[in-house]
Amino acid sequence: MISFQLTDEQAMIRDSLKGFAAEVLAPTARAIDEAGEVPASVIKAGWDFGLLAASVPEAYGGGGAERSCMTNAVALEALGGGCASQGAAIMAPGQFVGALLDFGTEDQKAEHLPQFAGETPVACSLAIQESQFGFAAENQRTTAVRKGNGWILNGEKRLVPLGGQASQFLVLARDPESSGLGAVSAFIVPRDTEGLTVTDEAGTQGLKPLSKARLTLTDLALPGSARLGGEAGIDALRLVSQARVGAAALVLGLARQATDFAIPYARERVAFGEPIGKKQSIAFMLADMHIECETMRWMVWKAASLLEHNDPGAPKAAALAQDYVRRKAVKIADDALQIFGGHGFIRDLPLEMWLRNARTLTVLDGPVSV
Amino acid sequence: MADFRLSEVDQKILDTVIAVGNSTERHTRYYEDHEDEIPPARLEGERGFEEVLPMFGERKPDDTPMMTFMMALSIARGSARGVTRGLGLGMPTGRAAGLGNAALQSAGTAEQKAKWGNLFLAMSITEPGVGSDTKAIQTTARLDGDEWVLNGDKIFVTDGVRCDGAIVWATIDKSAGRAGIKSFLVLKGAPGFELVRKEKKMGIRSSDTAAYAFRDCRIPRDSLLGGDETVPKGGGSASYRGVMKTFNMTRPAVASGGVSKARGALDFAIEALEKEGVSVDWSKSPGQRSAVEQRLVELEADTEAAALTVLHASWLSDMRQPNNLESSICKAKGGEVCRTVPQGAMEVLGGMSISHDHVVEKFLRDGRISDIYEGTGQIQRLIIAREILGYSSEELT
Repeated sequence: MISFQLTDEQAMIRDSLKGFAAEVLAPTARAIDEAGEVPASVIKAGWDFGLLAASVPEAYGGGGAERSCMTNAVALEALGGGCASQGAAIMAPGQFVGALLDFGTEDQKAEHLPQFAGETPVACSLAIQESQFGFAAENQRTTAVRKGNGWILNGEKRLVPLGGQASQFLVLARDPESSGLGAVSAFIVPRDTEGLTVTDEAGTQGLKPLSKARLTLTDLALPGSARLGGEAGIDALRLVSQARVGAAALVLGLARQATDFAIPYARERVAFGEPIGKKQSIAFMLADMHIECETMRWMVWKAASLLEHNDPGAPKAAALAQDYVRRKAVKIADDALQIFGGHGFIRDLPLEMWLRNARTLTVLDGPVSV
Repeated sequence: MADFRLSEVDQKILDTVIAVGNSTERHTRYYEDHEDEIPPARLEGERGFEEVLPMFGERKPDDTPMMTFMMALSIARGSARGVTRGLGLGMPTGRAAGLGNAALQSAGTAEQKAKWGNLFLAMSITEPGVGSDTKAIQTTARLDGDEWVLNGDKIFVTDGVRCDGAIVWATIDKSAGRAGIKSFLVLKGAPGFELVRKEKKMGIRSSDTAAYAFRDCRIPRDSLLGGDETVPKGGGSASYRGVMKTFNMTRPAVASGGVSKARGALDFAIEALEKEGVSVDWSKSPGQRSAVEQRLVELEADTEAAALTVLHASWLSDMRQPNNLESSICKAKGGEVCRTVPQGAMEVLGGMSISHDHVVEKFLRDGRISDIYEGTGQIQRLIIAREILGYSSEELT
């Protein structure tokens, strides 16, 4: 049945994270962006909401709640409404946990999941992006070749979230003998694996405080047990779709934040004797921004909900949500800046930061997943 | 739990509605070219909605709520390629389904509803010089003994030819602005009431659109909807608000009509291009798509997004929650895609899409009105901007 009703629990998570985003993340967002680092205290405060621990089965010490892409979408929108960079740093480990829950073998779950049920934040993330322009997950160049019972990985991963801190990565790699997403596997790679070199990225336009690293894999040898899902492998399309919708959910929060920031300004700023909000050129921009924030949310929800149920229509819904959000969210951040005029261009206000973050989240396959 | 999947029976109903709607496709062109001919109740080869109605009995209480499902149904029905009757919104529900009937139900007294409830009533607001700015209407009503005397001209009266009568807006006190505007029920045959013409239109030709003239038109005193003859000082009158409430109920329905034409044009383009070897592979990354594939993705995303706003606005009404803002949002989006998506579908199809051999050009002509009637996209944006900025209609014009 078609329903737009969140569960009581989802509504509670949304409300408490919105409060956290407004009171903790938003006030420090600019300073953290300039400093270029998300403080450990923020990551710990985010961890303490227990979102990851809740999704870990009871057998591994977690809360045993259903893994829910919808809940993640709601949480990401709420956090994105405070600060996308800090939100990404808080939620990035969820990519690792979500993939383990969806595709991991019992042994892999038993080995890796318990750490996420504890009170100490664990840093880990998904390595998708590569150096080449026009990157497409189905054409990735990082390869995984069987050797005996194990695997040999070669290639390079870029802009890997939490790269500075992560204790382990989930690295996507392709069977060189085959093509398409069906040839893509995911490998659990501990940071100290021989053949893995982790270096900090030089810097990025957006999500600046989110640590990002370059992973160089040189004849990196892994045991057979490192391949997520064992012999069955993963549904890479589902995994990548979750990352795309994750980025869309986060940037949706940002778009809402930018819209809500521009509305009171349009009421206050006077030009030619009246508030600019009383001029249709500005009022209609704001109306469109509001319309598209609402509309993007339903696109994200539909994709997240279908992904949650592993519905056959999920990849299509995810592609549609990604396309829609990448066109609308950047425009909203850009229009918000325009409403502030020159002030939007000055780094005292968050407008230019939001535009950089919006552009980043709509070209990068998510640093977060639903 | 938020969910966007349809149950098996709901999907079956939607599929059948489209199949029924497609069953008259070979007659579609004829009635476009012979727009004054009203198609018979049953055309040759036509499958009827009686196929669909029993399926509603199979619906379960936890299926998609009724208003939401009706909007999904309206989108499906309007996307079909056969002959439409009337505006083609939703399912045929008998004669008493004019826009004026909604106004009567919303603003009429119990007596008036009992007296006129079975008539087919049009809604007559627009004038040659007055469209969206309804408080500026010029048609006047003056009380003379036990009768109202109406004078003025009305245009764009939907169903104005085939209706039994119309709810007509007229002012009883021009100096009072909006507060002076009242609704009157005028039956066909009233002295001084003339049906001037039937308009010839770009699309929605199966829906008649009339122009009326009122020249000292005399109607009984109890024809004033709601019965309130006073002009309140300051603020809108009850009957004006009553009619605005009607609009709130009908915006998602009209938006669904716009979305349906986007859907119909897009489905046509998808099917036609598939035969030419062009289709979207949903597993491909965005950068791997051809220009035409990317265009199809965008058209589909826009259509889907608009459809979801319609479903959301109607779902709120199912949940008995306020949906005024959301109704305007969906009307704005429905109005947007009824223009951009059929235009885009023809763009990817190329030159042959203009031919009368194919139905796709009809979706553009039929859909275009959806961003105009029931409040243009610009009016919807005004309503939305006022709401989010906290401005009154006087503060933001």
